[in-house]
Amino acid sequence: PAFGLFLFTIARDPLRIIILIAGAFFWLVSLLLSSLIWFIAVKASDPRDERLQKGLLIFGVMFSVLLQEAFRFLYYKLLRKAIEGLVALSEDGCSPISIQQMAYVAGVGFGLMSGAFSMINLLADALGPGTVGIHGDSQLYFLTSAFMTMVLIFLHTFWGILFFHGCEHRRWWEITAVVVMHLTVSGSSFCNPLYVGSLVPSYLLMAAAAAWAYLLSGGSAQNLRRFLLCK
Amino acid sequence: MITFMNNSDSEEEPCNERTSLMSAESPPVPSYQDGLQASEAGEAQAHRKRRAGSGRSPNNIAGGEMSGSGVPVRESALENEEEELTLKYGAKHVIMLFVPVTLCMIVVVATIKSVRFYTEKNGQLIYTPFSEDTPSVGQRLLNSVLNTIIMISVIIVMTVFLVLLYKYRCYKFIHGWLILSSLMLLFLFTYIYLGEVLKTYNVAMDYPTLFLVIWNFGAVGMICIHWKGPLQLQQAYLIMISALMALVFIKYLPEWSAWVILGAISIYDLMAVLCPKGPLRMLVETAQERNEPIFPALIYSSAMMWTVGMAKPDTAARGPSQPTWDAAEDGREHHRSPSHTDSQMSETRSPVPSRPITLEELEEEERGVKLGLGDFIFYSVLVGKAAATASGDWNTTLACFVAILIGLCLTLLLLAVFKKALPALPISITFGLIFYFSTDNLVRPFMDTLASHQLYI
Repeated sequence: PAFGLFLFTIARDPLRIIILIAGAFFWLVSLLLSSLIWFIAVKASDPRDERLQKGLLIFGVMFSVLLQEAFRFLYYKLLRKAIEGLVALSEDGCSPISIQQMAYVAGVGFGLMSGAFSMINLLADALGPGTVGIHGDSQLYFLTSAFMTMVLIFLHTFWGILFFHGCEHRRWWEITAVVVMHLTVSGSSFCNPLYVGSLVPSYLLMAAAAAWAYLLSGGSAQNLRRFLLCK
Repeated sequence: MITFMNNSDSEEEPCNERTSLMSAESPPVPSYQDGLQASEAGEAQAHRKRRAGSGRSPNNIAGGEMSGSGVPVRESALENEEEELTLKYGAKHVIMLFVPVTLCMIVVVATIKSVRFYTEKNGQLIYTPFSEDTPSVGQRLLNSVLNTIIMISVIIVMTVFLVLLYKYRCYKFIHGWLILSSLMLLFLFTYIYLGEVLKTYNVAMDYPTLFLVIWNFGAVGMICIHWKGPLQLQQAYLIMISALMALVFIKYLPEWSAWVILGAISIYDLMAVLCPKGPLRMLVETAQERNEPIFPALIYSSAMMWTVGMAKPDTAARGPSQPTWDAAEDGREHHRSPSHTDSQMSETRSPVPSRPITLEELEEEERGVKLGLGDFIFYSVLVGKAAATASGDWNTTLACFVAILIGLCLTLLLLAVFKKALPALPISITFGLIFYFSTDNLVRPFMDTLASHQLYI
């Protein structure tokens, strides 16, 4: 679905593609830094202590979430500057792309990259022979991974919109809400393989974020009804 | 991030990159361009001279110096408008470059992943004589550095040779050289490639069919690249040969040498284009003086050069890489090395400038961007090596891919700012290398651990 989003909404406009790739790049850099921290922490600690390793992993995840949000903020700053540049250079004084579109594209960029990194090795392995969950792990590993990745991609998209909107209007509570949501979703994945604990809250949060982002983008219940009834 | 295409100063500021063998025949293109140029000779001349003038000083910002007094004011007005137009189309040009680079990389990665042949070590090029199978790390490092030095010096010699040939107008020789190398590339490499792919998928093909297919492919390729042909077909062929060349490099360069070579090539690229005495720069300036396009076949161009009433084909030359040395190939043929590929290898570095073609604002916009084929090759080598050797597989490949694209964006941005020939390799390769090593060593364990616990960040 995320790829479909990409095709339909982004692939037309070259500027959006650039913003998308740049968004993916920013996510990548945040991942790099967070894994650097985690790596150092692991190397500095005792590799045999299971609980410590698990704790370090949790710490790594949280830190990574925070870093991602920080990079989202940095990207927002960069895009603000870019919009000013675009406005200055365009013929009729208004930017060819609005900040909301940028927010959307940035969110998709983040989401695609994070989804790709989560899924792609899995997919490559899935092409090969083997049985899922042969060592007593859940048999639904692939399915749940797929769903989780999808929800995460969508969430990144919505968070992008919410985050940028919050930055635009200086509503700090929106930004903190996004960060908290991200932390919650990541935290809920700790419940794996008890999938109920992770998938369900994530989907609920996604629905909430979707509604919120939709409202922020100017939609309303009327628009929705009109769209659904194809007026 | 927005990147802009700039008018380049000289028409031909090739960012020579090692491109594959194909060197384009100049005749068809110059005839187009000459015709066009003649039509707008006066103004273009002045503009070009001004640009050329500005091009010569390294830190020239676009439209900086006005060497001619005749049309400075008008030119600056033109300049501004053109700049705006350029910037407006900046994003489009970036995408026009993204697509072929992406395609080339996809082809290379797909081949690497599926065909075993390209990841087996079956000998080395004679340009990299030192083997890397040494027991100690220091020895291996030393060997790879020596290999790199040899390779780079070969490239430098070839570049200087090509520039000299160009300077002394030995066009026939150059063309013959380029034709020979493109012949070899189109036929021999394609034959090998097809053979390997068929072997991998266990598809049988009889020799007559094979001969027919390869003959058609090669003949159409030769015509398309060296003469006229549909733009898309020419682009497709150029992408194919870049991919083939990159595959050959991936196969025949030993591990550490490949990485060191990539780094050294970027540095060389930087110097060869920006230093006043650099061979590529001299090539560009010479071509500028003569108002000729540089061997179009060594360059990937994203738009047709002919447009009604086209203004000067300004080219913001992008990164030069090593020139293709078909000549080197010729030299090689005298002492046939055991494997054919050896002789063909490094020879084919073609200087591939990338330049956007800008039009007068009144005329129909038909801007194109040109990128050296060598750029394509080295980007693909980086990504292909990442796909072949990284244990983190797809993550590393993806990271390198994004890094290269971002480097390309940044380079185009710089191009827009500086408006002269810029090397396309350094930024992208640097990013790519950084991301490759860091992703392979740092991110991979992290992601693996996350995936094994099914945690999501």
